[in-house]
Formats: sequence, C-alpha cells, structure tokens
Amino acid sequence: MGEFRQARWFEPLIFSIGSSGRRGYSIPSIRDTDRSALRDIPENLRRRRLPDLPEVSEVEVVKHFTRLSQMNFGVDNGLYPLGSCTMKYNPKMNDAVASLDEVRWIHPLQPEETLQGMLEVMYKLDLWLCEITGMHKFSLQPAAGANGECTGILIIRAYHQMHDELKKRREIIVPDSAHGTNPASASMGGFEVVTVPSDDSGCIDIEALKEAVSPRTAGLMLTNPNTLGIFEERIREIEEIIHDAGGLLYYDGANMNAILGKARPGDMGFDIVHLNLHKTFSTPHGGGGPGAGPVGVKEHLKDFLPVPLVEYNGKKYYLNYNVPHSIGKVKGFYCNFDVIVRAFAYILTVGAEGLKSISEISVLNANYLASKISCIRGFEVPYGKGKPRKHEFVASCSELKSETRVSAKNVAKRLLDYGIHAPTIYFPPIVDEALMIEPTESASIEELDEFVKVMEAISKEAYENPEKVLSAPHNTSVGPIDEVKASHPRTLCLSWRMYKRKFMKE
Amino acid sequence: MHDQYIPNDTEEIRKKLMDAIDIKEIDELFSDISEEIRLKRDLNLPNSLSELEAKREIEKVLKKNLTIKEMTCFLGAGVWPHHVPAAVDYVSSRSEFLTSYTPYQPEISQGILQALFEYQSMICELLDMDVANCSMYGWPSSLGEAARMAARVTRRNEFLVPHYISRDKLMVLKNYAEPAGIRIIEVNQSLRNGQIDMEDLKRKVSNRTSGVYVENPSYLGFLIESPEEIAEVVHDAGGLFLVGVDSISLGVLRPPGDYGADIAIGEGQPLGNYMNGGSLLGIFACRGEDYLIRQMPGRIIGITTTLDGKRQAFCMVLQTREQHIRRHRATSNICTNEALYALRAAVYMALLGPRGFQELGEIIISRTRFLIEKLSQINGVRVPFFDAHHFKEFTVNFDGSSKSLREINRRLLEKEIIGGKDLTSEFPELGQTSLYCVTEMHTLQEIESLCESLKEALEA
Repeated sequence: MGEFRQARWFEPLIFSIGSSGRRGYSIPSIRDTDRSALRDIPENLRRRRLPDLPEVSEVEVVKHFTRLSQMNFGVDNGLYPLGSCTMKYNPKMNDAVASLDEVRWIHPLQPEETLQGMLEVMYKLDLWLCEITGMHKFSLQPAAGANGECTGILIIRAYHQMHDELKKRREIIVPDSAHGTNPASASMGGFEVVTVPSDDSGCIDIEALKEAVSPRTAGLMLTNPNTLGIFEERIREIEEIIHDAGGLLYYDGANMNAILGKARPGDMGFDIVHLNLHKTFSTPHGGGGPGAGPVGVKEHLKDFLPVPLVEYNGKKYYLNYNVPHSIGKVKGFYCNFDVIVRAFAYILTVGAEGLKSISEISVLNANYLASKISCIRGFEVPYGKGKPRKHEFVASCSELKSETRVSAKNVAKRLLDYGIHAPTIYFPPIVDEALMIEPTESASIEELDEFVKVMEAISKEAYENPEKVLSAPHNTSVGPIDEVKASHPRTLCLSWRMYKRKFMKE
Repeated sequence: MHDQYIPNDTEEIRKKLMDAIDIKEIDELFSDISEEIRLKRDLNLPNSLSELEAKREIEKVLKKNLTIKEMTCFLGAGVWPHHVPAAVDYVSSRSEFLTSYTPYQPEISQGILQALFEYQSMICELLDMDVANCSMYGWPSSLGEAARMAARVTRRNEFLVPHYISRDKLMVLKNYAEPAGIRIIEVNQSLRNGQIDMEDLKRKVSNRTSGVYVENPSYLGFLIESPEEIAEVVHDAGGLFLVGVDSISLGVLRPPGDYGADIAIGEGQPLGNYMNGGSLLGIFACRGEDYLIRQMPGRIIGITTTLDGKRQAFCMVLQTREQHIRRHRATSNICTNEALYALRAAVYMALLGPRGFQELGEIIISRTRFLIEKLSQINGVRVPFFDAHHFKEFTVNFDGSSKSLREINRRLLEKEIIGGKDLTSEFPELGQTSLYCVTEMHTLQEIESLCESLKEALEA
C-alpha cells in the first residue's frame, strides 16, 4: 500500500497563455471575396469589439488541456466507489462505435429513410430496456436522470389532469432517504413534496406512509434498492397503498445496477421508470454529462410519453408524433444519441447473462466490503442489521468522529491521498457521518482488499496521528480548498471577467 | 461476452468472496426480494456477442444511416454541421476527463474544474455577459430554465416569446413554465421582414411581465435590427430582457450583453461538437448582479484558493441553490448536464480565438449571401422570404413554382441532397417555405450542385 501523487502543474488560466496574433485553427474560404460580405450587415448589428478570447496556437491548447487532464481522476485512474453514481468501467468498444461517422455526422431532421440505423438502435434499445425493467414503452429523450424524473412527473401531472383530478392531487410523496433530485423534480412539476421517514431497518416506514397518503396524493417517487443499499421488501404493500389512494408509482432507476435480471420495477408495480444509462449501462460520465435518462411506462401511460416515439411497422422504423395525450417535449430533438449507442453496444456485448452477473458481482462486492469496513475501528454500517446490502452500503464514522475528531469528510479527503476516489459523503441525510460506498462490479478483489487496507490505515492514523487525516488531502494537485471563500459574496468569482474586475484592477 | 468487464466473475473469486461473507449461494444476497416479484426466468435479450461480432453488428445497423459526408445536407434548425478540429476530439477523449464524475471532490478534480471555469469564462466573453453556468441540456432546456428564473427574479408570471421560434422549443418551454404557473404569450412578428411588432409588444408588456425573449439570429435566420428598443420596452416595465443566440455568430454579430440582455442563452453544439443526431449543449449566462446569480440554475464553477491561501484553485460554488442541498426548494433539479460537450466547446473557443471567430463568422455570412444570390436566380424561388439580413440560415419559398416543397425535397434526395427544413406545418402562413442552412462545411461545388438540382426539380 503506497501513497499516490497526482500531477501538480502550475497551469495558468488559458487567458494568461499565448500571445497576440496566435491562433489554433484554419478555415477554408470559398473564394477571394469571402470576407467582404460583412459590409452588407449594418454597422449596428455588427460586433464592435472582438471577444476577449485567448490567442493561442494549437500546440499550446493541447498542452494546456493535457496538463489539466492529468490533474483529474476518472474510473480509468483507480477505484471510484462514489455511492449512487455507479462509477463502473466504461468499455472502450462503446466509445469506438460512438465515434463512427454514422453517429457523428447525421442530422436529426434528415428524412427517416436516411436515418434507419439510428432509429433501429433507438427502437431496439427501447425494447431491451422494456424487457430489463418490465415496462411497455420507453422514451429515450431525457438527457439525464433529473430530466427523466421531470418527464415522469409531467406524465403524472397529465394523467391526473386527464382524469380531472389535478386540482385535488397536489402531493408527491418522497422518502427521507431519497436522492435530492426527487423532491426537486416533484417541485419543478408543480407539486408539493411530502416526506415520509425511514424505519429502523432503513426502509420506508409503512405506518407513516399510510398516514401520508390521502386524496391529495398524486404519486410516490422511490428508488429500490434505496439509498442505504437496502431492498424495500414491502414494496407490494407500498404499491397497494399508493394505488389504492389513486396515486402513481415512480421508480428512480439510479440504483438499477443491483437487480438486473433479478427483479423488475414493472413487476413490483411501478407505473413509470427512469434509468441512468451513464450509471447502469456504462456510458462515461464525462465530468458531469452528457448522460441519458430514458423513461419507461406501463401500457396505460404510453399515450402520455414525449414525442416523437420510435416505432417499427415491419418494414421501416419511423418517428411517431401521433401520441394522443403526449406531454410534448422535455429537451430538443430525440436523445443524446452518442450516449444511446454506447448503451446499445453494452447490452449487445454483455447479454442477459452478463447483466445478471453484473448485478451479482456488484452486490457481492458491496457486501464483501461492508463486512470488512464494519470491522474497522470507528466505523459501522447502521440500519437493517443483518440484512444483505445490494450494490452499495452506507457506513457511518460517527464513533470515529467523536473519538478522534476525524469526520466523514476527513476520511474522504484522506482516501484521495491513496489514489482512491472518495465515496459519496453525508448522504443519505438520515445517517450521521455517512460514507456511501458503491464498488460496482468493475472492482477486482485486489482493489477491494487494497481499499480495506487503506481504510484500516486511515482509522489507525485517526487514532494515532489525527492531524495527518484532518489536514488531508496532501497528495492531490492542490491541498484542501477553501470552499467557503469560493461562495462568499466578497470573493465570489465565476469568470475571467469577474476575476479581472475583482482582483486585477485594470 | 462479459467477463472482460468483471474481474471478479471467476468461480474461484466468487467462492472466495462468498466464503468471506459466509454465504453458500449468490441468491442469498437477493433473498429479501420476495418470490412474488423475483424474476424467475432469464431476460429475453439477444445472445451476448464478442467485441468483434458486436462491432460488426453495430456497424451493419448504423450503415443504414446516410451521413452528411455521403451526401449534401442543408439542414440546420437547432443543430448545425460545423467542422470539428482534431484537437477537440483528442482532449475530450482523455479518459481522466471522459470517465470522471461531477467534481464533488475538488482537490482531485482540478482539471475538469479549471476547464469548465474556462468554458464559463470564454462563453462570457463571447456573449458579453458576466456569469455562465456549466451547461444545460440544450438551447430549448436553457429557455425553459430562463423563463423560470425570470419568474423567480421578478415574481411575475407572464413570459413573452416571439412568434417565430421553433415549435419544438416552445413545447419544451411550456413543460418548464406551465407547472410553475408561468403564462407564455407570443408576440407578433412582421410577415414582411420578421421584425418584432413593437406595437404588439407594447400592448402585451405590463407589470405582470417577467421577461421578454428574442432570438438573434432568429430561428428563421434573420437578424433583429433594433434589439435595444425591445430591451427598453421590457426594462421600462420592470421585466427582464432575455436573448437566445447561435454561439458561432458572435465573432461578427453584436453580443447580447451589448444590447441590454439580462439573461443570455443559446446553443453550444456548433462549438466543437458533432451533430450526433441531435446532441445539444445549452448555454446559460446572465449579468453579474447578485440577485440574478443567486437565482441561476445549474452547476457553476468558481475560482478560489487552497485553505492555506497559497494556491489558486477551483470548485463548484453556490451549491445551496442546488437540489442535493436545498431539495424541493432548489432553483432547478439539474445535476448531470453536458459537461464534456462544454469541455469540447472550451477547447474549440481557445483554438479559434477572437480572430478565428471573426473570420468564421465572415465566411458564414459570405456563404449565406452567396447561396441566397445563387438561389434567387432560379425561377419560382423567393429567397429569402423575409426581407432582412441573415446569418447561416434563411427561408426559401416555392409558392411561385407549381411544385410542392415535399416533392422538391424528394427530388433533391434522389440527387443525394437534403434540402432545407420544411416549415409548412410549423408556420402555415409562410406557404411552401423551407429553412436552409449553410456553413463553412459546404463547398462551392455543393452549393452549385444544389442550385442545378433545384432548377431541374422545379422544371421537371
């Protein structure tokens, strides 16, 4: 077990590089008169002062961004057990197919007969996702999980509106362990959010749920397994309570990696599902997107999906805009196709058996880690004692904190020093000093054992030499960052332009 | 085949892991899923393929697409063909960027954080605004978020949009606006030159107006001639002025910050991103006043220092606006955005620099004029439909010919040319009109061949 060293370039802002007159690009011109046309445009429509962009050659641009990349950490660099984010390996073959001309150089408004390849990929992925989730039709339009949630909420809205009940049904129920996007999406869709607590086993408190439902209930948003990594065993009861009250069930698919080929949200009684292709289906997260958050529904909600849907008439694939109660559109065009085609390639490569193995090993890895971590001094895995975890588990280091001052955040930062990305911390909020750990199926046993050793070492340090942990990280490109200053009104600086005004006094 | 992605999926390691947690069968880990909902069969999916087979299969399917490299395409309308420099692909394929998550741990993520700060900064220079976020899902999503932000800032709920915006964009806008109780009101535009009907605007602007939105260049390619006047009307009524732009135009056209925009949005796909069948990068920027910044949606990167004050550093800021802290009171639910496309845009903007943007803008204007001139020599063609200045896109009307647009486009397709977007269902009042797009990608031969083929189609 050795400490790691991240690259530490003193890389200036791109604005401070280069020299007047340099450029990194060359443009073809059709004919000599090319540049005179601007004179036709009236003066008051023309830009007066050129934008203050950097003047750099291609050489400098490539060096700059290469150095920046070396000060970043992705799943190819090391273990990335970021809970609820499913940071699994992103197969290179999927990137290769996403960079084909047939993906890059097609325009979405081309006639359907010239887009049959794209439509076929979309149609088949839709079918496969239906089979995987037990739903009946998917829209691939949403660009991310939260966009998918909004889509689902809009469908719930349209459904109640059609039944003339929207005025009455104003509430979406969300468990207290839910992802933050759930309440935010419900609220964007115009609903009020009712929060129900978890019980000692980490699942929804059924009695509290019964009290929360009413004629005002529009629906429930749930992730299963939940954010503690625990399967909501009483899902059928939950389903009955909500459906009996006239509400719809929404499945947040962020944690779908745990149950592929084992159980399906459709069979649990969910009406609407979103999946995160950039989690479960291995498309790279790109430092924050692009993602894809397809939304699937049961038969009775098909007519509410966004337009267009992709259909097949036995001869050709086509875009169907004739969807009677469609909510319309939730983003421009049809999907992030470069993401869609990667997920398509993934399912095609791993098949049904592979998907099942993915869930089995991701769950096995998580339980193996949980059992080891819970033995480390200062750590425990609270809630649902003795229950198996699914793809992730939440450890608490509140004992460590009270005994050594070392918090979940300190542990997270110290992990970075060993070349391991930190888990998700302080989430879900129902766990004190939470470290939410999701190794995924991509972690090898060697990496898992290494992680355990590092956690043991950090615990030991915390008790023997807490300063080392409290002042972490030491080996990353920069030491601990002043995040309070970053958001303080006096020092807030969000662009080069603000920087010049605030700190350079030109 | 899947073993190559799952290092622990060997019998020996499975056993070792199971022994360690004291289970005999893997299914013990799934015993809490009741029988009733357990899937008791295999998923019905195609058999798994080896890498070689899968690649061949996907290539076979995708070959059914006709790419714009194999034919000539004059489509725009929200996503446009522009050259993508090789350096952009190189940088965005660096796996330290490609395979990283949202930078929740800033100390180990300085690379993407600095790159996104530079993206925000260069977007601000291009748009002449003070602050930009890391991105939204696309221009239509930016518009939806902007309408909600204007309502939050002004505490008003009437949002005015021009008549000539894309119907798709309008649908997205409505999905953001209506649940928030925002009413969308369309403002008339002149059928002659596309300009905003100022009388109609003044009639519709009131103390209920949260904002007035215009696009420049507009959806149909024409330029808005006096945006300041529109800004004045809405500012006088205490509302915000919102402007949507095609980012690639701003080397030559006046930026929204120069004529009073409070919020500026737009499409960043042209900045080094492939069309990908419609992948988008939503630009979102605003002026630097605190009351605006606090209402912004999305991720924002700020510059700061290390705790010891010795080094400059970057991190996500103002997270108390966001869903993971504020939950249902967040300004937006967005978390995953289009960061990698924003990174690509950053590389692209750096490569072009001020003169690159200027030159590219000039070339696009020149080609626009050239194609308009060429087309206007064809009998039965009225081009542009709107008597205005255009950038990159313009309307072509065929009412003067006996052929329908559908037929004309079909005939062009036979010659491997994809004509402009058919606007007949979107804006029936424009007759047989289509929206053409021309960029630096179109060669002189392609333009000439379009004109030849159009002539033939009209005469046939």
